[in-house]
Amino acid sequence: MTAPKPITDGLSLLDRPNSYIGKTVPRPNLDRLLQGRGLYVSDMELPRMGHVVFLRSPHAHAKIVAIDIAAAKLKPGVIAIVTGQELAAVITPWVGVLSHLKGLKSAPQHAIAVDRVCWQGEAVAAVVATSRALAEDAIDVVFVEYQELDAVTDMRAALEPEMTVIHPSLGDNLAFERVHDAGAVDTAFAASDEIVETEFVFGRHTGVTLEPRAVVADWNAAEARLTIYQGTQAPHMVQNIAALHLGLEERQVRVVCKDVGGSFGIKVHIYADEMATYALSRLLRRPVKFVADRLESFNTDIHARDHRCKGRIGVTRDGTITAFEIDDLTGIGPYSMYPRTSAIEANQVVNLVGGPYVTKNYRARARVVFQNKNVMCQYRAVGHPIACSVTEGLVDLAAAKIGMDSIEIRRRNLVPDDAYPCASASGLKFEQLSHHASLTKLVEMMNYESLRAEQAALRDQSIYRGIGIASFIEVTNPSAAFYGVGGAKISSQDGVAIRLDAQGAVICQTSITEQGQGSESLTAQIVGSVLGVSMERVRVILGDTDNTPYGGGTWASRGAGIGGEAALQAAKILRKNILDVAAAILQSTPAELDIADNAVVNIGDGAPRIELRELARIVYFRPDTLPPGIQPELMATRHFVPREYPFAFTNGVQASWLEVDTATGFVKLLKHWVVEDCGTIINPQLVDEQIRGGVVQGLGAALFEKCVYDDHGQLTNANMADYLVPMSGEMPDIDVGHVVSPTEESELGAKGAGEAGTAGAAAAVANAVNDALSPFGTVITEIPLTPQVILTALGRI
Amino acid sequence: MTVPMPISLHINGERVDALVLPRQNLADFLREHLHLTGTHVGCEHGVCGACTVRVNDEIVRACLMLAVQTHGTSVQTIEGLSDSGEVADLQAAFRERNALQCGYCTPGMLMSAQDLLKQQPEPSRDQIREHLSGNYCRCTGYQAIVDAVEMTARSRRVRQQ
Repeated sequence: MTAPKPITDGLSLLDRPNSYIGKTVPRPNLDRLLQGRGLYVSDMELPRMGHVVFLRSPHAHAKIVAIDIAAAKLKPGVIAIVTGQELAAVITPWVGVLSHLKGLKSAPQHAIAVDRVCWQGEAVAAVVATSRALAEDAIDVVFVEYQELDAVTDMRAALEPEMTVIHPSLGDNLAFERVHDAGAVDTAFAASDEIVETEFVFGRHTGVTLEPRAVVADWNAAEARLTIYQGTQAPHMVQNIAALHLGLEERQVRVVCKDVGGSFGIKVHIYADEMATYALSRLLRRPVKFVADRLESFNTDIHARDHRCKGRIGVTRDGTITAFEIDDLTGIGPYSMYPRTSAIEANQVVNLVGGPYVTKNYRARARVVFQNKNVMCQYRAVGHPIACSVTEGLVDLAAAKIGMDSIEIRRRNLVPDDAYPCASASGLKFEQLSHHASLTKLVEMMNYESLRAEQAALRDQSIYRGIGIASFIEVTNPSAAFYGVGGAKISSQDGVAIRLDAQGAVICQTSITEQGQGSESLTAQIVGSVLGVSMERVRVILGDTDNTPYGGGTWASRGAGIGGEAALQAAKILRKNILDVAAAILQSTPAELDIADNAVVNIGDGAPRIELRELARIVYFRPDTLPPGIQPELMATRHFVPREYPFAFTNGVQASWLEVDTATGFVKLLKHWVVEDCGTIINPQLVDEQIRGGVVQGLGAALFEKCVYDDHGQLTNANMADYLVPMSGEMPDIDVGHVVSPTEESELGAKGAGEAGTAGAAAAVANAVNDALSPFGTVITEIPLTPQVILTALGRI
Repeated sequence: MTVPMPISLHINGERVDALVLPRQNLADFLREHLHLTGTHVGCEHGVCGACTVRVNDEIVRACLMLAVQTHGTSVQTIEGLSDSGEVADLQAAFRERNALQCGYCTPGMLMSAQDLLKQQPEPSRDQIREHLSGNYCRCTGYQAIVDAVEMTARSRRVRQQ
């Protein structure tokens, strides 16, 4: 655990009777979800609510010649059938660019396609009916005449001169390019004893949130106000965008976010069909509900990680890594997503490759191209799995080339733990990382030497097991450097308002959101700890733009580090205000008093003086008994945003132990270990579960998950039977350990933990598979590592 | 086949009489007619397990069964299992072990876990993983769920001794 930080001259956070920071306590309000009494958007019903179903393009690229809605209009229950042209009168199109991503371009995107469709799954028309089933009946008899156009599918061909340009006004299919050149790369390669070069291929995959995207939009014409109930990670961002494109003021839009059935970055974007639903509500002056079905989810939820990245590493015989070089190519679909853009992932790859290592020689190019496939954008651990797999894959290849153990080469090259603060070759600023302490801990946890012995013994019996190691860094607590500087109205600060109610309990409104990570719990833990109030007396309100301070929400591993610090600072102010009132009531001084266990106590001997319930009673109902001149303020608000560092980097290392069946190509995951450093740990159990869940998401990418498109841009496995996700039977137990380096940027010292697991899991597995297959002299640099990929590499098929 | 048909069944111990379209599946019937929204819909093609309910003591995918097929049966949903207290210990173990994050898979997961514990009072971790392998959870990575089911099995055995 981290060193406790004093909040008063006397007691520290961890000494106090209600110290929840650093302790495993159950999340509040879990019974609601356990008893099936949650309220997800898909559960919501409003009076006069219509259900919208979208007719979606069967073609990857086509001109819309005509839409015939005559038969559909006659179907029972139909309220309206709306085309893109008609909806464009209500909602304006958007362009997903940010000014700090220099040169990024995209084309205007409409809520419903106008004249042309650019991917299989783009909405062409909307049918609103009294039930979803009736809307689906009607959509069957909406007839669209298409004229098919050439589709750009292979990202490698997208930039060829003869290739169709998806948006002619942009000139070519290149959306964004970034180059970076640091140190003396050519000199470093020339001085290397060995250079290893290869291409890494990543399968396009997607989030598969168990609850599909869902929204209920309710335009109340009489109030001139739109209420949007949506499972979103960023309510204020949705408020801003909806208002902007519907021609409203933000005060006319309220976004409410109740329970969310999984997000992982899928629900942090603005989707065309969600915009269409807002607009339809406005157009029809009644509530409209959209819930994607699973097939639509596969075709329209953002995809991610479709990258081909060439990588090169130089190494000397003593194991010194001399340089990294990458050339990354990614296809993002026909539009850059809005408003976060689809250039961030490639940008992150450039930022993060080589990040854990000492070498300053680094050259990178990343190109982002348009194609006629579903849109790609930020998904849990944006860019990290690519960067980590490329970096760690190259490091293992370099180690193999010079005959060095994979732990040893990392020991020789990871940035020393006493070298901070420092910067990476890509220019990232690191405050304090702990690569070596983490690696040492990992080696102990996994009993590395005996695992190697076991591996060798089994290999003699033709059992092929492998160990894979992956060090990583993770971007957390983003400042305005992420989006704000580029012009997006996505707040990097968060706010917490906290008040003592009339019975001495605490109500806390926070701008971070909850999708299961534990935002509510960490807020209550911090507030309870600082105030000296038991957690069950802290009620946390989230996810409502009318009823929380303004803020970013929960994404990019920012909830605990940013929202948590705002909660801590707000609680400190409320604590001071309570003690001021208590001192007046008790004819004492604030310095002589403390709050513990829901009562004001003597700071010296801890003797109870007045319960908070009694203090609240006096303040709210008998202020006449207070001394003159006292105006109690039992509500406090504080905001927080990191200013010193653009990001609070975390670090860690993962290891995979697995067995490859060389006859069938199947991989059996036997065990997985993670050591990570997220700074101050607020709730160890929640951190560990974030890590485990993140790892399994990365394991899915490593072994199973891939959106398989054919040459015509048709997604051929858009269902859960054909697109494989990790299920309990194939997943290993995951041991999690910690090193704690708190950030000095906040009093809390917490960094994020939500994406570390996903960042390094696939790299560890890929390295382990290659380790297992090393007797066969084959190296695989492609994920997912399906039986087909493995058997092909082994020459068996 | 498009005319509503009368059905009569017991849901969570209460008699329900309803007119349902033949095409309506059990999940939609529970959610839309009876507002039992604890039965979640994840894939609507029988893969994810979110809609798992119990029909005549067997767990089924409510998205793969038609409402008309439940005529004369007894259906239990998460609301019923919660109100009766049948899975209270399992729910407590899930809470203690943080075996749920977003909670969307949880009702189905509890249904499947309880089904296993009724059949097999001493399941191994592998057996738990196998039995739950039809219930997709994107959040937890499953380990906490396996732990919670294992804990419950252990505490039930202790109670019976």
